[in-house]
Amino acid sequence: MGHLRGKLLPPALAIVFSLLLCGVALVISGANPLSAFGAMVTQVGKGTTFIDIVNSTGIYYIAALAVAIGFQMNLFNIGVEGQYRVAAVVAAVVGGSIVLPTGIHTLVIIIVAALAGAAWAAIPAILKVTRGVNEVISTIMMNGLAIGLSAYLIRRDVFGELRGNNIRTAEIPESGWMPGISFGGGGTMFGFIFVAVALGIGYWVMMNKTRFGFELRASGESSTAASAGGVNAKKMVLVSMLLSGAIAGLISLPELLGRDHTFSLNFTAGIGFSGIAIALLGRNHPGGIAFGALLWAFLDKSGLALDNVGVPREIVTIMQGSIVLSVVVAYEVVRRFELASEQRRVGRELGTVGGAA
Amino acid sequence: MISTMEEKPHIPAAPRKRRVPGWAVAMLGVAGAIALLSITSMQTGFPQLTSSGTTQTAVRLGLPILLAGLGGLWAERAGVVNIGLEGMMIMGTWGAAWAGYQWGPWAAVVAAVVFGSLGGLLHAIATVTFGVNHIVSGVAINLLGAGLTKYLSTLVFFPLSNNPRQSPPVQPFDTYSAGGLADWLGELEAGQRLFISDVAGILRGLVTGVSPLTMLAILLLPLSYYLLWRTRFGLRLRSVGENPHAADSLGVKVYFHKYVAVIVSGGLAGLGGAALVLNPGQLSYLEGQTGGRGYIGLAAMIFGNWRPGGLLGGAALFGYADGLQLRSGGETVLALVYGVVLLLGVIVVWQLIRRKWFSAAAAIFVAVLMYLLYISLDEIPSEFVSYAPHMVTLAVLAVASQRLRMPAADGVVYRRG
Repeated sequence: MGHLRGKLLPPALAIVFSLLLCGVALVISGANPLSAFGAMVTQVGKGTTFIDIVNSTGIYYIAALAVAIGFQMNLFNIGVEGQYRVAAVVAAVVGGSIVLPTGIHTLVIIIVAALAGAAWAAIPAILKVTRGVNEVISTIMMNGLAIGLSAYLIRRDVFGELRGNNIRTAEIPESGWMPGISFGGGGTMFGFIFVAVALGIGYWVMMNKTRFGFELRASGESSTAASAGGVNAKKMVLVSMLLSGAIAGLISLPELLGRDHTFSLNFTAGIGFSGIAIALLGRNHPGGIAFGALLWAFLDKSGLALDNVGVPREIVTIMQGSIVLSVVVAYEVVRRFELASEQRRVGRELGTVGGAA
Repeated sequence: MISTMEEKPHIPAAPRKRRVPGWAVAMLGVAGAIALLSITSMQTGFPQLTSSGTTQTAVRLGLPILLAGLGGLWAERAGVVNIGLEGMMIMGTWGAAWAGYQWGPWAAVVAAVVFGSLGGLLHAIATVTFGVNHIVSGVAINLLGAGLTKYLSTLVFFPLSNNPRQSPPVQPFDTYSAGGLADWLGELEAGQRLFISDVAGILRGLVTGVSPLTMLAILLLPLSYYLLWRTRFGLRLRSVGENPHAADSLGVKVYFHKYVAVIVSGGLAGLGGAALVLNPGQLSYLEGQTGGRGYIGLAAMIFGNWRPGGLLGGAALFGYADGLQLRSGGETVLALVYGVVLLLGVIVVWQLIRRKWFSAAAAIFVAVLMYLLYISLDEIPSEFVSYAPHMVTLAVLAVASQRLRMPAADGVVYRRG
């Protein structure tokens, strides 16, 4: 029971704290926090918002899974942002230039995206394994390079074409699309959402039921103990980084296969960083991540309603930022508190044993 | 400290490795770099490589990187990794614009430092007091900084500029030029004589259109060096970054020094933001203005091996590549590739003298690759030039990561026992 409390209390505290913080910010700026929050909740039932939230949850979920794989072994893959960007542009270019039967075409795009993401992650992984380069710095640099590479690849003299005011890659033919579930006026749910759910299940099975998952978590708990137990640390770094990159490569596919069918300047950026926040919020647990992704998507999509009540919708980004920061602080505080109470308990028990003897 | 000195005599003195003092190496490096550029510009026919205009732009673009890097140096010397520099810089840009359009450039500078320091304070509270992982806290601060400024600019700037992503124009600093000297250097530069004209061009760029902020930033570098390496406070601060437990046992206030370092770090990053806002080409807050410069500052610091001199070199290099691209486009940047080939040639000779056959062979291989790149392309695509710092950093890390030496307890969460 106490175990569960230790897991659920910090995020709850963090969310309440962030709500209060944003409430105070709203009051200072002369708005009514209750009406703002009410507008966000009622927005869920309006138009396509609900389905938008579901779609967005799926995208964030994949991103957070990609980050979580690294986090499980204390590997900070800050580069998810760059990995999914490169994967998106490569998948769009390949998907738009090949002709294949329906289904197979989609599958090829998915595989290409995963491989591209893994390839982009391979560079920092190899640098870390062979040269001891810290993955945080190298993945940050790879993020910058990814922006450059994607901008170069959609140049009109490379793979891009001009459509209206927008530069984009050639459109993927219909055989490469992934159909969604239409709710009429309620919007269309991406078919890729089911893949996201499957990835979550796969992640859980891998972490809890396979030897690889065990070794991954063991390396995260204590790399020295793991290597003493025969775990090859370098191999683990390499494999988990590649796996993380491959999943990161899938982040853009719900939109690419289900809606956009092309990579353009309107590309949704920043999901990789949100993924880091969500993985932290969900403590790398597939269920926790799902909750975090849902919260993020709710804040994103319902936040649009705030403009109607005269509140800048950017308040939700503050809220997201403060949730991340306060949740990590809360986890740390609760951990210290439990450690201290455990020490007291052990001390007490030992004390009584000593007294009886 | 003195007692350890007295115990030493039993140990035989280590062989002196460094016969050349640091400043001499730096001077040689600068001279070598100018010589390299001047030979490159002669052989490729691009005088822009060392023109005063390029230098001036390089200074402007290098300034935010230098300040962010200094911020990183302060924090990491005290053992706190500061990925949040980017967020603190963003907060600095907002603060600078907010104060700048109302009360002028000096107010902008002050507000930027204050806003950045607040970000630093937040990072310090999370990492030092609560022991949150430094990277995690930094990422969170980047998210928070971006969100906060977006919200505040919609709230404050939108009614004024009708654009939620931009502030009203900020009043710039008056700039100063060394009149007579600049003219004389201009004549020398126009003469197009090898080396002399190049040096004159670079110097002229350095003494023309200098803003007080530039001078301040340039002064902050030796000041940081003095404070961190030549004072008691600096020694304590660095000891906290090397071994906090040992420092604590000697009575150094570990938490206090970490707090000071991280707050100063945020202030410097914020000042870097002010340098962006007060850049003559822009003069307002613009969403996404920092464009990852906080990260590049961090990269410059790593490039400089956690030392102020090297950091200056890194910031100069990254600012130069950016400035060159902005002033004269991808063709001239390609000329730099030729320069790199020349540099590699020198390295090959050096490695051969030292009988390091493997390194020499590797350098030859890279040189051949770069030369092939040079002759096969007409220009470096502009998309990539802005990311030259990223490639250089990766290359430096890949080649020299074993020789880089960061503070021993950098990024380690310390808790008083």
